[in-house]
Amino acid sequence: MQISGAEIVVRSLQEEGVEFVFGYPGGAVLEIYDAIFKQDAFKHVLVRHEQAAVHAADAYSRSSDKVGVALVTSGPGATNALTGIATAYLDSIPLVVISGQVGTPAIGLDAFQEVDMIGMSRPCVKHNFLVKDIAELASTIKKAFYIAKTGRPGPVVVDIPKDVQQTLAEFHWPDSVNIRSYTPVTRGHPGQIKKAVSLLAEAKRPFIYVGGGAVLGNAADEVRELVRSLGLPCTNTLMGLGAYPGTDPQFLGMLGMHGTYEANMAMQNCDVLIAIGARFDDRVISVPSKFTAVPKKIVHIDVDPSSIAKRVKVDIPIVGDVKLVLREMLDVLKATGAKPAAEPLAAWWRQIDAWRAPNSLRYATSNEIIKPQYVVETLFEVTGGNAIITSDVGQHQMWAAQYYKFDRPKQWLNSGGLGTMGVGLPYAMGAQLANPDAQVACITGEASIQMNIQELSTCHQYHIPVKLVNLNNRYLGMVRQWQEIFYGNRYSESYMDALPDFVKLAEAYGHVGFKVEKPSDVEPVLREAFGPKLKERLVFLDFLTDQSENVYPMVGNGKGLDEMDLPPHMRDAQAAESERDYGNLC
Amino acid sequence: MRHILSILLENEAGALSRVVGLFSARGYNIDSLTVSTTEDATLSRMTIVTHGSDDVIEQITKQLNKLIEVVKVIDLNESEHIERELMLIKVRATGKDREEMKRMADIFRGRIIDVTEKTYTLELTGTSDKLNAFIEAVDRTVILETVRTGASGIGRGERILKI
Repeated sequence: MQISGAEIVVRSLQEEGVEFVFGYPGGAVLEIYDAIFKQDAFKHVLVRHEQAAVHAADAYSRSSDKVGVALVTSGPGATNALTGIATAYLDSIPLVVISGQVGTPAIGLDAFQEVDMIGMSRPCVKHNFLVKDIAELASTIKKAFYIAKTGRPGPVVVDIPKDVQQTLAEFHWPDSVNIRSYTPVTRGHPGQIKKAVSLLAEAKRPFIYVGGGAVLGNAADEVRELVRSLGLPCTNTLMGLGAYPGTDPQFLGMLGMHGTYEANMAMQNCDVLIAIGARFDDRVISVPSKFTAVPKKIVHIDVDPSSIAKRVKVDIPIVGDVKLVLREMLDVLKATGAKPAAEPLAAWWRQIDAWRAPNSLRYATSNEIIKPQYVVETLFEVTGGNAIITSDVGQHQMWAAQYYKFDRPKQWLNSGGLGTMGVGLPYAMGAQLANPDAQVACITGEASIQMNIQELSTCHQYHIPVKLVNLNNRYLGMVRQWQEIFYGNRYSESYMDALPDFVKLAEAYGHVGFKVEKPSDVEPVLREAFGPKLKERLVFLDFLTDQSENVYPMVGNGKGLDEMDLPPHMRDAQAAESERDYGNLC
Repeated sequence: MRHILSILLENEAGALSRVVGLFSARGYNIDSLTVSTTEDATLSRMTIVTHGSDDVIEQITKQLNKLIEVVKVIDLNESEHIERELMLIKVRATGKDREEMKRMADIFRGRIIDVTEKTYTLELTGTSDKLNAFIEAVDRTVILETVRTGASGIGRGERILKI
């Protein structure tokens, strides 16, 4: 039986087992929406802005093992989707975005709501397709899902002209996908893996550096086994949080620009580094020449060969699926009994414990004013460390990463690569729909939340009971912090004036709102928000926090990882510390 | 250093723009680019002449391989290879220049493929260096127009780029 292209789209999504489609209708996708109307295999979530549709679909992927799907119309629908697509691309999130396009005869004629979606999205997708032939529609959608989730994952756009949606054809769902030019690697090179194991066995100051690739590659179990069986110190990147448990004593905290003192010092001073699904980016190692100033041997495991030797030369590259490579490494370790010598490793741990002792995340507590760090710590306590946490971008994002200890992967959702303000609320929506039984909280700021605040309406329509933790310091906090440190306290355009009353705003959207001004109210209000009475409600918690608080430690522009700006209580000690020679100690 | 990359890619709409977009987005250089279909109509073969440090060339090769439509990439500089470029050059050919131009064309194994009272159009093939040398060798003022294809390259002997 012949069905329309639009019905083929819907059937294809059903074949892929799609549960939710996040989207927004418009002229060029009316056919598809008509087909959606006639089916009930998947649910459509009507967002209030296409950017949020893509973010929500992205979060659905990030917090599950499935591929999120967004559906947008041509022209402005497509351009609004681009920020979401670029956000997913920079963090390697599998995603399929279906966009409507003007009819094929109208393409190139500057038709109403026509943009070159293929051309515009090209630099920020893993791949994209313009489907001009109805015969290729189903197989293209199948390919899109396959490309999105295999190898190094990423977003794939399928642009479908309106006339193709209207054309009738038989539906043939291919059994398998075979793309001769696309064969992602899986197993690592056995010889390289053996070399990596012997290098690790010779290490005196080994360090395990785990990135988002370990989360995406479902390699948390293998990471844990490697770190624990050899008694190694370990760090996670911002994207890798949860890949190794945040509450474990072998975890040194996040590293990088706002990493802990001990994680950054260990990263800088280790002699053998095992990088797992991480990419040595500028927010992690800062300046490559300063990072390599302390000689170290590097093993780099990544599914994407282009991530290897991009910023830092490595000694043993291993291209492959991180889970499979680590499994094989563990097998070799077990078979050979290889492990680092006990005495140097113990000395390395003593050094690490000395770095750890002053607690670089300590902050001055207050009974007068709410410290943002305190809110995150209390949130951790109140939720038992179990909540899925999303964040927006800025100071609150870093505090969330530092003070909420993530024990499992896919528990922490943020825009690490693109740094997109406005992801927090749509991320919370996508995560809640993917994990209906989980507690989902969005740690945000008064600036970021306003970038997609319209989604409060979507949350109301679909009864999405996420909790918003707004760290409201009336500033673009991270901008303010940089202006304080690097621009002579000239706070150019970083004050958030004329803020709405967030409690009333939440209520206007049909939700519950609380304003919290006193430190003593933080815990009771959080307990109420996460308590049984408000379980089914979206709660907007507006915490008025200390405006002058900065995120520490901080690796400033052009500085090395061992040249952190430290919190006040460590600054005096820093001077003395810098006199010491770690090379001799270890 | 100058490198010649040979790329086999799916002969599909948009594949070329992906390659070109990659170079511009990542700040790589394209000195020349040629592309056409091969004996297998589903495949195109592209030759890109680029330059950069070894690290940059390594990244270019890896990034090209990441493009879904790219089937294979080789750096011809890694072994013996042959490179040819075609140039059409129109020159003023009057008076004693007419004979001189004919002589120069012979020396460079070029052919005169169009003749008017005042002009010759020459066809020359060779390495890019040879074509540059021709331009250097003739009096600049007589050159009216040049058009070059950019280099095409192929490995010597048994070194074959095929799927």
